[in-house]
Amino acid sequence: MSDDTRKDTPEQSEFRQYCRDWLADNLPPPAPVRLPESPLEIMTVQQLNYLQDWQKAAYDAGLVGCDYPVEFGGSGRADCQRIANAEMGAVNTPFFPNIVGLGWAAPTVFYHGREDKKEELLPRLFSGEDIWCQGFSEPGSGSDLASVQTFAERNGDKWVINGHKIWTSLAHFAKWMILLLRTDKSHKYDGLSYFVVPIRSALGNGVTVRPLIKMTGETGFNEVIFENLEVDDAYRLGEVGKGWQVAMTTLAHERNAGEMVTPSSGGQGHTKGKKKDAGFGSGALIDLARASARNGASAADDPVIRDRIMQELIRAEGFKQNGRRARVAGLLDHPMRLPLQDKLVSSELAQNISGFAMEIAGPAASLYLADNAAPAGGRWPLAYMNSYGMTIAAGTSEVQRNILGERVLDLPKSK
Amino acid sequence: MVDVMTQPTNFGFGEEEVLLRDSARKFFEDKLPVDQLHTLVAGDSDPHRSLEARWRPELWQQMVELGWTMLAVPETAGGIGMNAAAVAGLCEEAGRAAFPAPLLATINATYVLAACKSDAATRALEQLSGGASASLALLNESGSLLAGDTDVVVRDKMLHGTAAYVQDAQKVDHFLVKARDGGDIGLYWLPADMEGLSIEPNAIVDLTRDQARLQFKGVPAVRVGEKAEVVLKQAMPAIWTLTSADMVGAGEWLLQTTAEYARVRKQFDREIGFFQAIKHPLVNVMIDIDQSKSLVYNAACAIDHEPELAIQYAHMAKAAASDMARFSASRAVQSHGGIGFTWESYIHVYFKRQMHNQLLWGDSAWHRAALAELLIGPVAA
Repeated sequence: MSDDTRKDTPEQSEFRQYCRDWLADNLPPPAPVRLPESPLEIMTVQQLNYLQDWQKAAYDAGLVGCDYPVEFGGSGRADCQRIANAEMGAVNTPFFPNIVGLGWAAPTVFYHGREDKKEELLPRLFSGEDIWCQGFSEPGSGSDLASVQTFAERNGDKWVINGHKIWTSLAHFAKWMILLLRTDKSHKYDGLSYFVVPIRSALGNGVTVRPLIKMTGETGFNEVIFENLEVDDAYRLGEVGKGWQVAMTTLAHERNAGEMVTPSSGGQGHTKGKKKDAGFGSGALIDLARASARNGASAADDPVIRDRIMQELIRAEGFKQNGRRARVAGLLDHPMRLPLQDKLVSSELAQNISGFAMEIAGPAASLYLADNAAPAGGRWPLAYMNSYGMTIAAGTSEVQRNILGERVLDLPKSK
Repeated sequence: MVDVMTQPTNFGFGEEEVLLRDSARKFFEDKLPVDQLHTLVAGDSDPHRSLEARWRPELWQQMVELGWTMLAVPETAGGIGMNAAAVAGLCEEAGRAAFPAPLLATINATYVLAACKSDAATRALEQLSGGASASLALLNESGSLLAGDTDVVVRDKMLHGTAAYVQDAQKVDHFLVKARDGGDIGLYWLPADMEGLSIEPNAIVDLTRDQARLQFKGVPAVRVGEKAEVVLKQAMPAIWTLTSADMVGAGEWLLQTTAEYARVRKQFDREIGFFQAIKHPLVNVMIDIDQSKSLVYNAACAIDHEPELAIQYAHMAKAAASDMARFSASRAVQSHGGIGFTWESYIHVYFKRQMHNQLLWGDSAWHRAALAELLIGPVAA
């Protein structure tokens, strides 16, 4: 959750000024190619190279990995990543391409990996030189994640992996994968283990990556097939049979409910000076309504449109204030109650707002990316379609509601 | 853009506010647990029952002694002068207990008096510091929230006419009345037991409050404020916010009570909370409560620290909380099944308070329309 308004400690205050000064002199050049809406839709090497250069520059300047120890490539600061994030967000720098690595592979490796592997893996993860992907879902294991069948058989100090992962974002560029698999077929949860495995270096030698095309026409995710891939036991995270517990660390961070703050520069870098609104484009709805006609008048004068815009704005503000309240211990009933809502509420908000934007735009919302007359360059329908990625990935909204009902309201478990 | 906010990031809800809130929660739990509340307010199920107020005046007296009834009265008028976040915490607990007392009524009147900024208003506030209670008489029969609408007029310094939908009218010591005096709309303060003033109780759904129509037939009153539109513009955000805080507390009681029931009630050989048809709507209620709660404390904080934004944030809070109030009450009754539909269940006491709160001082559609005026601008003619 983002809240850039708490009082800074002296270290944070000094670091904030440092970030501002550095960003003032080192904003990346404009992108030479059109960038996708998020790192999960990076399709071309040109897009990747541009974004990798930016991540490397930010890392070298100390704006990435701020809160991780120095020996693992971090800056060893205390609670400074969110300061860097806020400052990068304020000037709308492009996003970082290594989202899976920074967001949830890094904390998983950090909390569960061997010391020598943290030293080996984390610095190049933070710099963005190594792109990471995540092997969780399988064709037969979606919401019921613990049913995964990809299997690792022990062979001395090695493991031999066979199986099939799917919906794997960034696998086509990835050097490494965090991989949840099975080492024991007789126990569901206790039969799981967790590894870091090579992708790039094993292509054609145990690993096959096949792109999948999304409903938007974009690529970005893949299926990954393992055929007798050999991995050293040193790349195991956590104990054999304890993979589910390790996966919980990953999922907590993926759902914005983990301990470590994800390095994020948030924007697409294609607009100067972000508008101050509660987010998810809720403020843009008003501009869109003013620019759209309805019954020969401005859509911004239509009482139903006005009411619905206000509904979305209020929800967006409520979400923003949840982020603020999540840090006020005296106003929390249950420690996980707000963090576990973050992904669910934000993804559904984004879906409602982008879907409603298309209604405001009327017939013009039928125009897509390749049509010059499309409002906002066709981004509303693109955002609307992509929003389903967010309400499905990292645990569907339905699974999130199960988790909230069970962990916060203590209702009986679905499994 | 980062640190331009002048608001405290904790909404002004610090240690003192936590202590107050916790002691309020304990007080309400100890003094009037829900079974006793039900006996007190729902002893008679007849819709044609007598209209006297059902409450415990001695508990109100204890709240006076604790200083809670004068929490929002400025220290300069002898009050405690705590911030709006603290007051919201107290109102949230009163809502969680569905507590029958003129607490919200008195606090609402406090904010209007404080916005009057006159010596006469200060003297009225001093009466509140002395333990008096009060309620606002701002509405006419149509319930209009427009500052200029009133059916009370001033002739020769006497009030004539009617005011409607006055909350807890049978419980309070004073009224603060909006009345037209020639070209101005002013605010007038008078004791509740004046000759010429008749308090005509409404037969209302909510069992935890009373409500009345006031008839003024030439009643003397002290003019404490002029230009009601200016005064109310300043005071209404607090009223919207604190009514919303009451709904948040009541919503949380409904949620927790229903979750508790869903953990034990069995059908089809399972606790019904196992079924997603029950589980997911309750999670949706929780999400709406959390949004409303965050918006309430945001608005409360703005009242103290960023008053120019308080109106818009309070509209957001009241719009969100009103919808949440209905939703939380609706899912509580539905998830309880047949028992939730009975008089013997406690659910209906909260259901009815939420129905009432939702309609008080503007429902959600009214607040969204007002918010749109602020954020989009007026509709072109």
